[in-house]
Amino acid sequence: MAGDMEEYLRPGVRTPFCPGCADRILVRLILRAIAELKIDIDRMLFVSGIGCAAWIPSPHFNADTLHTLHGRAIAFATGAKLFNPELITMVVSGDGDLAAIGGNHLIHAARRNTDLTVICVNNMVYGMTGGQVSPATPMGIFTSTTVEGNRERPFDLCKLVAAAGAEYVARYSVSQPDTLVSSIKRGLETPGFSFIEVISPCHIQFGRRNRLDTAAETLRFFAGKCLMKDEAEGLSPEELRDKIITGEFSNGRNQAD
Amino acid sequence: MAWKEVRSALPAGNYYYSGNEAAAEGAIAAGCRYYAGYPITPSSEIMEWIAVRFREVGGVFIQMEDEIASLSSVIGASWAGAKAMTATSGPGFSLMQEGIGYAAMTETPIVIVDIQRAGPATGQATRVGGGDIMQAKWGSQGDYPVIAISPWSVQEMYDQTINAFNLAERYRVPVILLAEQAVGHLRERMNVVEKIAIFNRRKEKGAAPFGAGDDGVPPMPAFGEGEKLLVTGSSHDDYGLRKVADPLVQARLTARLHNKIVNNREEIIQHEDYYAEDADVIVIAYGFTARSSLFAVEAMRREGKRVGMIRLKTIWPFADSLIRDVGSRAKKIFVPEMNRGQVAGEVMKYTCCDIIPYNQTDGEVIHPNTIMGELRRLL
Repeated sequence: MAGDMEEYLRPGVRTPFCPGCADRILVRLILRAIAELKIDIDRMLFVSGIGCAAWIPSPHFNADTLHTLHGRAIAFATGAKLFNPELITMVVSGDGDLAAIGGNHLIHAARRNTDLTVICVNNMVYGMTGGQVSPATPMGIFTSTTVEGNRERPFDLCKLVAAAGAEYVARYSVSQPDTLVSSIKRGLETPGFSFIEVISPCHIQFGRRNRLDTAAETLRFFAGKCLMKDEAEGLSPEELRDKIITGEFSNGRNQAD
Repeated sequence: MAWKEVRSALPAGNYYYSGNEAAAEGAIAAGCRYYAGYPITPSSEIMEWIAVRFREVGGVFIQMEDEIASLSSVIGASWAGAKAMTATSGPGFSLMQEGIGYAAMTETPIVIVDIQRAGPATGQATRVGGGDIMQAKWGSQGDYPVIAISPWSVQEMYDQTINAFNLAERYRVPVILLAEQAVGHLRERMNVVEKIAIFNRRKEKGAAPFGAGDDGVPPMPAFGEGEKLLVTGSSHDDYGLRKVADPLVQARLTARLHNKIVNNREEIIQHEDYYAEDADVIVIAYGFTARSSLFAVEAMRREGKRVGMIRLKTIWPFADSLIRDVGSRAKKIFVPEMNRGQVAGEVMKYTCCDIIPYNQTDGEVIHPNTIMGELRRLL
């Protein structure tokens, strides 16, 4: 890890992530965004829920961390931020945590436009509990609870959160590291509710059930599905099927009209 | 010690308040400056009062999307340094249970006012109940400490809310004001004194935020103070680092959480005796039922009957040694309750004395005449 970012890591902590986990990449990318903005990490509060992604800040980040109940990270963060607005407050949690059990808090915080930066680490599955279907699992995907393939439509989380009123909404993949870092910086700099969905594949629980045998294969599979927003323009719904559209979906102008 | 004397938020004097309004004012007097809530009968007046008064005293008020979010944000605010509170009633209290366990495990000072209504489920939303006694202690999974207080008057809604904050800050524990609808909606005179004693959480730079202090209560820093805090509801060491499979860490933590309350119970538990010295039949009562009981006991004393009453002001931790003592003196113990015998069962745990429960769950308070009738049969 680059010299100036080492101090952002809690000394003596061993990472719990599986070898090849995309969340390891995200640990680095979030810290890179903070380092590039030259934010004093002691001014930051990291709040997370339950699941693999919740371990990204806690215990890795050498800062104040609040590891909360399943689904409630945004509600906990709301209390801390409202009482002490000086805390630069970032929520890092997974798709199951933020969009299923915590979905109500997500849309209401977006509606209030509370000044939080929420990183939704989307591995499209419940990784920690053994790979069950999540509200972000694409259709047809095999999970431990969709043995004939997922028949439910997933949320388009960015559309949901933008419609609820969030100030800044974006989606990028860990396979687009530089754009993702810029986006996290935009999120941190935007006053109001910022939501960044990060495609962070899980090769253990998602990959191996769907004929993606290695971490690299799983990453490549998702990288191949990602299209930038302008590339997607003009494509037919048929051509867009199974694609993941990345880019910014609301960038501060959402509230103007 | 972190006790200090402060001026009351309200000018000293008499006020004609409801119990719910008094609880809100007690919170403000104690220094509560964060409140999150969700509307529910019969507690909503607390939130409405706070919404107005926080504008004057400079507090942060938010109406959240549900009771789970309310309590979660209260815990978050407490770690940001706030004295923080929420209020609710049965259904909302049920939703808060997971958060209560989290607050106990993370040793977060918070106050919850539960204005009990007639349950179970939606029950009778506007009618009185007292069925949340056991839920207050055992509602969340695992063994964890809480303190629960049962006020019987508007004055106590004020005084005991202040006490609730002091206990929460002193012991880093969730404190529940287990009031009943009849006390929350009661309107009577309340006196505000000029100065009150309040306790603010102990701070010590660099100290382990989850280590055993002298009395089992560690100091508590806040976010933003450069302490690089690790707060988690998982089992953790003295510095908050998760240790989710270490039997020693788990055993030490759960024992300390329990002992910091139990070992200090003499300081925490409050009760009042009425004519109990020479009584053959002793009524053990709490909350609104203690008002009816006292009326009945005094009327029968005037007839020369040897009846007395013990009023439990603290429900949890339970007054075990008091009950042992009372049970060794009395011939019979009568326990009237607005539930199916939740405190009577506790009383039975600590004495072999003849215990007679009286259980009324019709959404009405227990009338003094009812208690007198029952006592006459026991004498």
